[in-house]
Amino acid sequence: MAEAIAFYALAAIAVISAFCVIAARNPVHSVLFLILTFFTAAGLFVLMGAEFLAMLLVVVYVGAVAVLFLFVVMMLDVDFVELKQGFLSYAPLGGLVALALLAELILVASAVQLEGAGRPAIVSGAPTNAEQIGAVLYTQYFLLFQLSGLVLFVAMIGAIVLTLRSREGVRKQDVSRQVGRNPKKAVELKDVSPGQGLG
Amino acid sequence: MDIGLGHYLAVAAALFTIGVFGIFVNRKNVIILLMSIELVLLSVNVNLVAFSTHLGNIEGQIFAMLVLTVAAAEAAVGLAILVTYFRNRGDIAVEDLNLMKG
Repeated sequence: MAEAIAFYALAAIAVISAFCVIAARNPVHSVLFLILTFFTAAGLFVLMGAEFLAMLLVVVYVGAVAVLFLFVVMMLDVDFVELKQGFLSYAPLGGLVALALLAELILVASAVQLEGAGRPAIVSGAPTNAEQIGAVLYTQYFLLFQLSGLVLFVAMIGAIVLTLRSREGVRKQDVSRQVGRNPKKAVELKDVSPGQGLG
Repeated sequence: MDIGLGHYLAVAAALFTIGVFGIFVNRKNVIILLMSIELVLLSVNVNLVAFSTHLGNIEGQIFAMLVLTVAAAEAAVGLAILVTYFRNRGDIAVEDLNLMKG
């Protein structure tokens, strides 16, 4: 019973906040609703018994992706009210497509009769969720694991290359010039005669 | 009342539909478009984990992790492109993205 209550509460919050993501006027509110959606999805994961992935969802999405979105939204100086126009003119077509899609998905989900093993009972001493994932991820799916690291690496380099720019007239530290200085280049000795100055 | 696979699939279907709807209605705001894509990927993750726990097979959660990785990479590169585009154009309206039309 408690599981049912938790599920319906989390599911309702997830769907409503997901709708608020696309309907909110202020994009900052959209990002905050996105964070709420991810949190409730993490709660759903915990309900399903995937604790490790739930924590991963919170760390990766809330900790990294949502903050990145928030940063970009606040950095860009855009008139977001103007961007919101056209919402109503696209809504009928979008709603039609969305309804058709939802109908299809529900048809498929209700048509599939699954004969699964069911949720495995939790026994004391059984490997935890994280242990199970680790046992498979680092053996059978090791190459995929490495490949996902490569994907992140390429994305990191891509993001840096895209946003790096060299502007004129900006004073920056030039390490090689600093290191290359020696007394011969930097210091000039003058013999100043008394009472006359350098002239 | 027992919460089964179907319930989670229904939530995932709703999230997926909202994501696609968001792509349709927010034609101008690229940031909301990227967020809609994140919603779609999240619903895929919910599906993967639901099937994984229902079938007692851990591999679904491995693939959910891979989807998570790709989603993070996609968000990073997408937002970087957005920042570059904003620097060049001064706005982020997608509808005016027809420079390469010829």
